[in-house]
Amino acid sequence: MSAPTLSKSEATPSRTGRPGSNRTDSAREEFMRSVRRNLSAHGFLIGAVLCFSFFSWYPMVREFILAFQKNENGKTTWAGWSNLTYIFNDPAFWQAWRNTLLFTALALLLGFVVPFVIAVVLNEFRHGQGYLRLLVYLPVMLPPVASVLLFKYFYDPGYGLFNRILEVFGLPAQQWLQDTDTAMLSVVIAATWMNMGGATLIYLAALQGIPGELYEAAELDGAGILRKIWHVTIPQTKLILSLMLLMQIIATMQVFTEPFLLTNGAGPEGSTTTVVYLIYQYAFNFNNYGSAAALGLVLLVLLAGFSAVYVRLSRSSED
Amino acid sequence: MRSAGFRRNRRIDRTAAAAIVTVLALTLAACGTSSSSSDDDGDSGGGSSDPSAPLDPKAKVTLSIDCMPPAAKAAELKEWNEDVKEFNKTYPNVKINGKSTPGQCLEPPRFTAMLKAKSQPDVYYTYFTDLQQVLDNDGAEDISAYVNDKSVPALKDIDPNVLDVLKQDGKLYGLPTSNYTMGLLINRKLFEEAGLDPNSPPTTWEEVRTASDKIAELGGGVSGFGEYSAGNNGGWHFTASIYGLGGDVVDSTGKKAAFNTPLGKQVLENLRAMRWDDDSMGKTQLLKWGDLQKQIATDKLGMFLAAPDDITYMVQQLGAKYENFGMGPIPGAKATLFGGNNYMIKKGSSPDKIKAGIAWQNFKFLTPGKGQFEWERSKADKLPVGLPQPNFWLGESKAKDDAQRSEHATMPVENFKPFMDNPVKGKAEPPKAQEIYKILDVAMSGVLTNEDADIDKLLSTAEQQVNQVLATQ
Repeated sequence: MSAPTLSKSEATPSRTGRPGSNRTDSAREEFMRSVRRNLSAHGFLIGAVLCFSFFSWYPMVREFILAFQKNENGKTTWAGWSNLTYIFNDPAFWQAWRNTLLFTALALLLGFVVPFVIAVVLNEFRHGQGYLRLLVYLPVMLPPVASVLLFKYFYDPGYGLFNRILEVFGLPAQQWLQDTDTAMLSVVIAATWMNMGGATLIYLAALQGIPGELYEAAELDGAGILRKIWHVTIPQTKLILSLMLLMQIIATMQVFTEPFLLTNGAGPEGSTTTVVYLIYQYAFNFNNYGSAAALGLVLLVLLAGFSAVYVRLSRSSED
Repeated sequence: MRSAGFRRNRRIDRTAAAAIVTVLALTLAACGTSSSSSDDDGDSGGGSSDPSAPLDPKAKVTLSIDCMPPAAKAAELKEWNEDVKEFNKTYPNVKINGKSTPGQCLEPPRFTAMLKAKSQPDVYYTYFTDLQQVLDNDGAEDISAYVNDKSVPALKDIDPNVLDVLKQDGKLYGLPTSNYTMGLLINRKLFEEAGLDPNSPPTTWEEVRTASDKIAELGGGVSGFGEYSAGNNGGWHFTASIYGLGGDVVDSTGKKAAFNTPLGKQVLENLRAMRWDDDSMGKTQLLKWGDLQKQIATDKLGMFLAAPDDITYMVQQLGAKYENFGMGPIPGAKATLFGGNNYMIKKGSSPDKIKAGIAWQNFKFLTPGKGQFEWERSKADKLPVGLPQPNFWLGESKAKDDAQRSEHATMPVENFKPFMDNPVKGKAEPPKAQEIYKILDVAMSGVLTNEDADIDKLLSTAEQQVNQVLATQ
């Protein structure tokens, strides 16, 4: 939020200052004037600051504190490193990280590439682009729970749609969500379908900002479709692509809804247990808020570290 | 002009800023208001602080109580309101503020958050297994001194094993409303169609397997036997199954896993055989509470391990019919998992509030012939009468309640005869139950989703993990 624009006369020091006042008085007066000038801006800012304080920063501070506390017989005591020791000793901890990283890798492979390709294809259409955009974005408008339950039905090994389709082509039925080898991939497919509409529209907007002359020049130089994408489209959308990559990694590392609803959380032999699902288990099923907070802290540190490294690398590549 | 205009705008800005700050401050103050404490709701003290003294009729008390039936359960709600009226004839000084929640009265995630926020009502509903969690959160009053044969006249007839579950270090923290033991729930219609005798449900796992196979042969998507393997419910049922066979999940010290035994292997091997060799458990797995009830209520499932109140749920929520179900003891019948529900009183409640809370619980849940045990009224309201639950009475109260229950039964009670005539010793859940169940879910989902599951490996991995959990108590 920007401060109100001031007229020149308001921005200059007041002429009503006492003759002979020293520099401290004048600085204080200047400060007070500045406060008065920006009063409404500060007033509006207070709302945002308080909201962030109470609903974002305070919970984060509390999480940090909770990560080093435990509750026993009605008493809250300092637990030292025991919550962290507990989560590192929990065999589900490493499995959850492996599963989460697998989800992230698969989600990037599908969720990053597919929307970009769809956006490139959509951008080539001269007619009906609006309708196609609507079609692509439609799944995002469905409530996530409805979409997930739809996929749960599709994946059912007994009466699900996907196995019926395989049957038509004479292919063997699959276990989908009930097989340790395919459970996570099935979750990723559902998640990609649900979420790719938003990414596609962002890529499309970026593509439409690329000057047509660049493509014309590339064509004159004899570039085909792939070379145009490689030498024009990707460099021109690099900023958006890198930003989306960062956001997708952060979002996919926090995946919860899809495995929670599709496989009731853990999946076959724990193959879809994710880090955030484990946090949920610790907090709400085991009443172990300390360990939940400790695991949340580990996730926070990892994502913050990743973001910092990523931003640093992006900057150095720009230089 | 411009200068005057600016001054006016600045005044408006200041006023606006002040207004914004005030509104925000008030909003945040409202948000930050802590949950109602026990004495800020118009109560007037004055009663005796002697726990054994009866509630002073002059002391005005307002009680908030959860698990009031929601509007969707019209008959139960009507009975609740009638009971409040009746209770107020004896205790006109006590105002009952019932709080209802749609669905189950207690969902663990919501309950955990409620305890953490200390926002539970004055008198609140819990499961038997929640005591440690409640005490860790300093959530309940010790009511030992308040509960005696005057405040709860039928106290001597309450099964001491049930009351023991609600005690820690000799202190009583709750009073029961219901209890159950697990058994084998069957769909009588499918039993008959498969040529099985619904009056003699299987009593061993071999018989279960044979019956399951026969029922699945009916086709049309019908499964013979169903089992959970997700949401920690798989571990819960593994525990029930191994108890039935005479095994245990944790040893007597409570520090070591005790399920990596031939009995544990038998539980998993039997499920594996039914799922893959016989194909009698259906292809859809990773099921949790609610899924099997839907299958059996729609005649798509022949049997599963359950408690009697599952039948009430299926009839009231899923439109099933009582006469379609029957129950037998848990296969093996060496022991069975038991559980139940109770009410506790919020920590920090005044003595008057505790006395009023106990008086309400006594009237509504612990008096034969009254409240939940007024079977004649339940029959008139078309509510279920005749289920073998609650089942915590002994002695004179049991005789009286059993007689009234069978006199006003609204369902064929003989369908539950195999269950009632073969009582199995109840056994409580293991320590750190949910954490252990989470680990055992993996073994259960392993055999039900992987034809080549290595049972020895599943059990030894689970054993190692449970030992780790128990070591960090």
